[in-house]
Amino acid sequence: MTWVTGRLLCGWAPVQTSTKKTLAKPNVRNIVVVEGVRIPFLLSGTSYKDLMPHDLARAALSSLLIKTNVPKEVVDYIIFGTVIQEVKTSNVAREAALGAGFSDKTPAHTVTMACISANQAMTTGVGLIASGQSDVIVAGGVELMSDVPIRHSRKMRKMMLDLNKAKTLGQRLSLISKFRLNFLTPELPAVAEFSTSETMGHSADRLAASFAVSRLEQDEYALRSHRLAKKAQDEGLLSDVVPFKVPGKETVTKDNGIRPSSLEQMAKLKPAFVKPYGTVTAANSSFLTDGASAMLIMAEDKALAMGYKPKAYLRDFVYVSQDPKDQLLLGPTYATPKVLEKAGLTLKDIDAFEFHEAFSGQILANFKAMDSDWFAQNYMGRKAKVGSPPLEKFNNWGGSLSLGHPFGATGCRLVMAAANRLRKEGGQFGLVAACAAGGQGHAMIVETYPK
Amino acid sequence: MVASRAIGCLRRFANASRTLHHCSGYICRNFSRSSALLARSHINYGIKDDVAVIRINSPNSKVNTLNQELQSEFMEVMNEIWASDQVKSAVLISSKPGCFIAGADINMIAACKTPQEVTRLSQEGQKMFEKLENSPKPIVAAISGSCLGGGLELAISCQYRIATRDKKTVLGVPEVLLGILPGAGGTQRLPQMVGVPAAFDMMLTGRNIRADRAKKMGLVDQLVEPLGPGVKPPEERTIEYLEEIAVTFAKGLADKKISLKRSKGLMDKLTSYAMGIPFVRQQVYKKVEEQVRKQTKGLYPAPLKIIDVVKTGLEEGKDAGYLSESQKFGELAMTKESKALIGLYHGQVLCKKNKFGTPQREVKNIAVLGAGLMGAGIAQVSVDKGLKTILKDATLTGLSRGQQQVFKGLNDKVKKKTLTSFERDFIFNNLTGQLDYQSFEKADMVIEAVFEDINLKHKVLKEVEEVIPAHCVFASNTSALPINEIASVSKRPEKVIGMHYFSPVDKMQLLEIITTPKTSKDTTASAVAVGLKQGKVIIVVKDGPGFYTTRCLAPMMSEVIRILQEGIGPKKLDSLTTGFGFPVGAATLVDEVGVDVAKHVAEDLGKAFGERFAGGSLELLKQMVSKGFLGRKSGKGFYVYKEGVKSKDLNSDMDSVLAGLQVSPKPEVSSDEDIQYRLVSRFVNEAALCLQEEILATPAEGDIGAVFGLGFPPCLGGPFRFVDLYGAQKIVDRLRRYEAAYGKQFTPCQLLIDQASAGKKFYQ
Repeated sequence: MTWVTGRLLCGWAPVQTSTKKTLAKPNVRNIVVVEGVRIPFLLSGTSYKDLMPHDLARAALSSLLIKTNVPKEVVDYIIFGTVIQEVKTSNVAREAALGAGFSDKTPAHTVTMACISANQAMTTGVGLIASGQSDVIVAGGVELMSDVPIRHSRKMRKMMLDLNKAKTLGQRLSLISKFRLNFLTPELPAVAEFSTSETMGHSADRLAASFAVSRLEQDEYALRSHRLAKKAQDEGLLSDVVPFKVPGKETVTKDNGIRPSSLEQMAKLKPAFVKPYGTVTAANSSFLTDGASAMLIMAEDKALAMGYKPKAYLRDFVYVSQDPKDQLLLGPTYATPKVLEKAGLTLKDIDAFEFHEAFSGQILANFKAMDSDWFAQNYMGRKAKVGSPPLEKFNNWGGSLSLGHPFGATGCRLVMAAANRLRKEGGQFGLVAACAAGGQGHAMIVETYPK
Repeated sequence: MVASRAIGCLRRFANASRTLHHCSGYICRNFSRSSALLARSHINYGIKDDVAVIRINSPNSKVNTLNQELQSEFMEVMNEIWASDQVKSAVLISSKPGCFIAGADINMIAACKTPQEVTRLSQEGQKMFEKLENSPKPIVAAISGSCLGGGLELAISCQYRIATRDKKTVLGVPEVLLGILPGAGGTQRLPQMVGVPAAFDMMLTGRNIRADRAKKMGLVDQLVEPLGPGVKPPEERTIEYLEEIAVTFAKGLADKKISLKRSKGLMDKLTSYAMGIPFVRQQVYKKVEEQVRKQTKGLYPAPLKIIDVVKTGLEEGKDAGYLSESQKFGELAMTKESKALIGLYHGQVLCKKNKFGTPQREVKNIAVLGAGLMGAGIAQVSVDKGLKTILKDATLTGLSRGQQQVFKGLNDKVKKKTLTSFERDFIFNNLTGQLDYQSFEKADMVIEAVFEDINLKHKVLKEVEEVIPAHCVFASNTSALPINEIASVSKRPEKVIGMHYFSPVDKMQLLEIITTPKTSKDTTASAVAVGLKQGKVIIVVKDGPGFYTTRCLAPMMSEVIRILQEGIGPKKLDSLTTGFGFPVGAATLVDEVGVDVAKHVAEDLGKAFGERFAGGSLELLKQMVSKGFLGRKSGKGFYVYKEGVKSKDLNSDMDSVLAGLQVSPKPEVSSDEDIQYRLVSRFVNEAALCLQEEILATPAEGDIGAVFGLGFPPCLGGPFRFVDLYGAQKIVDRLRRYEAAYGKQFTPCQLLIDQASAGKKFYQ
């Protein structure tokens, strides 16, 4: 399907953009994406494994500076998303910006909202521009899963802190005498949802079962993602990717998690979470990824005044949240109808869908939920279903399953994919949606910038 | 009143309440779902590929019960399946969310007149399950919801078990709580399946086992996670999913792709190795029997018979085991103890219903006044069930203590892993602690648990009525103050009611609700609804001094004092009372209740009822109070209590007090048995008087109140069941004999005399 659209895009473009209204609102500033970049997304434990998160973020930021040539003093504010925080650089946005050559007069802060952290960074920027506080924002996200903060146990930490305060040798000795071997058991960052103690993969498996999504369907969908990603990579469509010279290593130029396999191979894998009969496997889940992304967002008038040719408008967006146990990954289902309604669009108006793929099962369950009147009526308080996105417009250049998913950085990739696809394929509106831990979700309308 | 602590047995009894259920008056419906289907009312089956899916769904009932129709339909279906070439394996599943099979039909057993009839029932069950066990086609039991008693015996006869990991999915053999034993092969199969020690534990405690634990024990082979909403309601889809998974496993078993061999852990291997040694087995039997004798004082025959039957099976082989199981089952079903326990079960089912209908307004916000032991306890059981609760106290220290008590209660559940820390926090958030009356205008019900002083109660009632909305119910948690007296200062007495909780509130199941002539029916309905929400068994009684529970206890307590004065030591007295089946000894009970409270009640009720409540000298309690011997709470009473020390020594300072008040015993009524009966007969007589005076509406409520609130021996089934089983005439005769020695305190009430002379029973 994709190769067809790839060839036909020149023919489609003028028809589509000219027939539809724009989503500009009176008395609201138009906000545009000037450019967005990301360093290649790599399987964690590969080339980025010796770096720190701010190194990745810095690489994305400096590439953005180079690619856009934006004078550093015009940037009003920098916002980054991240999930697993490196404690040394808890405001990773600031550490990265300083090193990337941005002005030390530009404030920066870090946001966290699980897998939609970068989305939160972007929409925070949108808010700052819309309210007239800023004109130029850099938003992005970063995640380094090759290294995570593993802590001493609470007991050990307590003893170490008490030791700090102990004044006499006697006090110290008596504290040390309380030491037990089990104090040395380390504490790993939680892989489970805090409120439910359930891991996301487990929840995804249950979700798939709730919507009767079969193993085969999941494997097929994952295979599609990898094939489309491979093709997009081969055809050079992933134009937001910038090369990154890793200190002490080779220059990384492309995502390394894309591995189209075969259904037979995939069928051999054992379930990863619900054993022995579950359906979610390593092959139909997104993998642990290192990566960073950054994006230059401006008020339209500012961008034009500076002589930029923007890529897309950022339009209406919503955040939603629901039951973190049984509906953990249904964010897109809840967010999609809401954002469409807000923008006055229907599903048919959307030319490019870019949904975050946490798991094949999650995507397919969302499709089924969006296509169910029963679910809409009983759980979303809506009269009717919104409908399931047509597959031929959906994640045509691959998705998180194949390109990778650095938690804090995915949001910008989604928006750039939507913007670039609209320009290539000739559509007007893109819909970005994602689920996130905590049972939250996000959706945003991206409108292509008229050529 | 701070009443007796329930022993574990009682608490567990509650769990059994969901277990056995009689469904009667079913209507025959025709199911026409597949060609392989005849018209059956309890069971239908369809064929998926080569797997027969047998769905159990008893009509017009929330639960499936193994009754005769169900059993015969099931066997019909099985015979068809065995005969069919199309079918290679089978899945057995219930269509009811929340219930696989809740157990055998008790009334089927109750209808039997002789042990032989019951034995025959057992043998039929045994044969049926043996056929399943030997099925040439593998059968997978897909379990969601309660799988208890006969339901579990059925499941363990199948070749494979898959259960949903749901809070509602529990497995167990609660028969012992009804004074019987698992009579359909359970005593023989369980030891094979989970090992002898675990099997004993299950059968002797009757405890419910959650699915994840059952998996670890080897009782189930696979777990299935409960699902959330999809394009169908969660419960419906979960059962469908369970069925899909079970079908996969059934196919795997039929194709021999899945092995029936269970990989055992090291501990299991060691245990089963050790149990293979005759000497070790003998030691285990001995040890278990000792423990049972110690805990039951020989008052409950079922546990001992269970040990016996298991032993027979293991030592003499399967046939002897089955035979012994069916015979002992028959014998047990005819015992008084079993009848008493089954009676309690029925009573409990009754007391879990709101016969006053649905209240006009659902209570969502409650306020508890007084953050003491009781107040905080009430708050705990309320927030636990999602009621928004204000806990108000007069002082910050008192309030903090109460809040801490609620937190600790919840946190203990986290430690036991029945709650997650997140759930604890979420629940605890339902509690608001405060010192003022803020937000009382939103309260639907106020429960006061302030100190037992009529003036204080009047003061808070008046204060509260200034701030609460018109519909708000005012409930008083008092153990002895008459509700109409409390209500006398109310502007709206129809909204005033008594809610008498028992301490510790989170453990004691009983709630005694007291209505005055002015209390409206809707107010009562509200109070019952709240109590049920809090998980209580509820008796509703009329107002009067001491209501029902306190009133019954008071004459018995008076007798306790007299017995002590007559020179029987507290330890001896305790062993006599526990030997009769009370969970807590009488002297210990006084210490637990608090000597000051006991004195208070004795004085109040003594005034109200006069001579009949006399006996022991109040002076004893007075002197104890003046010396500061208030019982456990002050560290000294009849016994000495030390923090962290379990064994208790007699309080030697009491010797002089007791010596000073000594009276000479009357030898003709002072045998051990007489002492026991003097205590119990006064209790029973007063209970009967409460029924006679219509304080109690039904004998069933009287029995439930006595057993669940006061620790009346469960093996006797409560005062009324006891009279029925023991014989009213015999009770009257005993009372007369004691009356001759002591006078009016033992005069049998008219109702007992009438029952005796007419040969009538409280329960027909």
